[in-house]
Amino acid sequence: MSDKRISLDLGGGGRLMREFIAGTIVPAFRDPLLGELADAVHLPGGVAFTTDSYVVDPLFFPGGDIGRLAVNGTVNDLVVSGAEPRFLSLALIIEEGLETAVLERVIGSIRGASRAARVRVVTGDTKVVRRGQGDKVYINTAGVGRSIARPKPGAIRRGDKIILTGTLGDHSLAVMLARGDFGLRSSARSDCAPLLFLLPFWKAGAKWMRDVTRGGLATVLYELAERLPYPVLLEEDKIPLSRPVQAAAELLGIDPLFMACEGKAVVVAPAKKADDFVRRMRRHPLGRRAAIIGEVQGRVGRPGELILRTAAGGLRLLEPLTSELLPRIC
Amino acid sequence: MCLAVPAKITRLEESGHGTASYLGSEVAANFCLVPQAKPGDWVIIHAGFAISVMDETEARETLRLFKDMAAAERR
Amino acid sequence: MKELRNPAALRRLLEDIGEKTRVLGRKPRLMEVCGTHTMALFKNGLTPLLAEAGVEMVSGPGCPVCITPNGIHEAAIAAVTETEDLTLATFGDMTRVPTRKGSLQTAVPARGSRLRVVYSPEEALDEARRGTGREVVFFGAGFETTIPAIAYTAKRAAAEGLRNFSILPALWLVPPALRAVLASGEAAVDGFIYPGHVSAVIGAGPYEFVAREHGIPGAIAGFEPGDILLAVRSVLEQAVEGRPRVALEYARAIGRDGNPVARALMAEVFEPFDAVWRGLGRIPASGLRFRKAFAALDAGTRFGLGPADEGRDLPGCRCGDVLRGVIRPEGCRLFGTKCRPDAPLGPCMVSYEGACLIHFKYGPPGGPVS
Repeated sequence: MSDKRISLDLGGGGRLMREFIAGTIVPAFRDPLLGELADAVHLPGGVAFTTDSYVVDPLFFPGGDIGRLAVNGTVNDLVVSGAEPRFLSLALIIEEGLETAVLERVIGSIRGASRAARVRVVTGDTKVVRRGQGDKVYINTAGVGRSIARPKPGAIRRGDKIILTGTLGDHSLAVMLARGDFGLRSSARSDCAPLLFLLPFWKAGAKWMRDVTRGGLATVLYELAERLPYPVLLEEDKIPLSRPVQAAAELLGIDPLFMACEGKAVVVAPAKKADDFVRRMRRHPLGRRAAIIGEVQGRVGRPGELILRTAAGGLRLLEPLTSELLPRIC
Repeated sequence: MCLAVPAKITRLEESGHGTASYLGSEVAANFCLVPQAKPGDWVIIHAGFAISVMDETEARETLRLFKDMAAAERR
Repeated sequence: MKELRNPAALRRLLEDIGEKTRVLGRKPRLMEVCGTHTMALFKNGLTPLLAEAGVEMVSGPGCPVCITPNGIHEAAIAAVTETEDLTLATFGDMTRVPTRKGSLQTAVPARGSRLRVVYSPEEALDEARRGTGREVVFFGAGFETTIPAIAYTAKRAAAEGLRNFSILPALWLVPPALRAVLASGEAAVDGFIYPGHVSAVIGAGPYEFVAREHGIPGAIAGFEPGDILLAVRSVLEQAVEGRPRVALEYARAIGRDGNPVARALMAEVFEPFDAVWRGLGRIPASGLRFRKAFAALDAGTRFGLGPADEGRDLPGCRCGDVLRGVIRPEGCRLFGTKCRPDAPLGPCMVSYEGACLIHFKYGPPGGPVS
């Protein structure tokens, strides 16, 4: 037996986690549906299914809380997989000693978020663990939706556009600042929101979508690019950033391309439709800063590469996130 | 070797502690290493400490240089 | 300062730089001493653009995380794993350096102990002020930019009589390291890009010997793409004219005299000694340790962490050669194969300023530049 232990990096959404899933989880079950490694899986009978667990410190932060995350995260996994969210399960793992008022606040927030996302919470479970064996409350939700489309990464062609539905990194930063670390204060707010407004774009011809969560934009698009027979080129100066994220990125030396969001997605659209998609997205409050940030192309780079044209005009290869984001001073 | 950013002093207490603002964000900072600095000055902040006060004339000069180069290149 | 990232202005500078390399009639090799410059070059995609203009950039010993020998990293790990109720506070990059004892992130702290990532050394001091009966050790690594902040923190702790606060110092001075790089003669550089923020403290004077004794030009640079290209252009100009000096291309942020207040504070708390650098070995008067008056703050003595200045590199790792500018990261057999960002074998693949990590993460499309 090896004495290797699990480190926090494994859960960071980076390459370590992808290798763990591909090397340990997938071979253990050998199920073709699991092997797709989609955000949600389309089951026979037009039903889509997904699950996700939520752990966040602190529980409440500007723009959201663990309850809203637990609803919207699962809802968004269904939306970007081509399904209309319908039902949620709700499982709570509560640490002994948690104030009842805190738990009630979280439940209230789950109720509000599920109404806003038009999903019903229809089953659940509650466990309490000893003090110190958990951190206040962990939540798991599973989501069931109605399949309306299948993502078609195989149909992606040269010339297709990459659309980002808004600014990067706001969730990551809001949580970091709510912890009170690093002496930094700003108006950063989590972008935690249900992305239901993207559902009509499936019918309109979207080829692929992913919500930009852990690992950030670079990780999400790297995972797409490595499956494509063409390189993907992003334009740094087209990527929308809020001022608080711009400031924090420079002050703390972290890269917004790797910061997490909870209410943003990338959409791959045919060139002819992309401008119209962006116009329509911008009419919705959650898509006001939508923009075409890049394209699938053949001019620069090798097949499978994800490339950034920097604001300074240089080119740089993007890799997925490999470890937890830490501020650096040097 | 040392990441540092320019920020504008927004608050300065007698202890030498205070805050500086960068793109609308406020960062706590220690100004004891730049005793000549006053609120409104731009400083370079590294690891929570201001280490240098910026020179506005030089900053404008640099800006002008780059604007001129960009204009010349476009012509 | 988005003007300093304006592609048109940068193209103009690159044309000037290309013109000067043609006049020189050879491909100059410039060393960027500072890891933040290495980072800026790659992050902005400037390295390949400079290569097209005929300039080869090599990284210098300017990453404090990298040049701190493993012995000191292991002492920090010992502090947090062997003492109970202790907080080991440090900067983000320091937590991932692999040693024979693992890294700070993989180490399992002793009962009640924990690792804490801070942005400022004062955050660690604040924790010591709050906590009764809890030891707080600040593992402070840095060059002249960071040392005044650490000196200030030490002086405050001493003045307040805080008995539960100590510092594990890994403090390095840039000019002696440049002397060592030049004395070894291995790097063969035609010019230096000097670190802007170290110079904010020490000024331009300490680099004068490079021009005077070695006839090598140099320029102090800021960290925007435009700053770096201005400095490169200045270095080449000096080479063409045959008049090496220390140009200041970051005058908006620093003066030629640096920061005398910061230097006085450093000198009050610390004294120079002959320190061992990873890759460079023992260099005269290149490290700082506590003066006698502040010796009680030394975590090494307090926790009996022992002599910590040995290399103890992991086998096969050529970080040392990379730090001296002898090879580029791609020249190491482990690079990108056995040594990767998520399974690093040396600190240069760990630090955000480490040349190996930067070359790996920010390499240009179509493979690394050689």
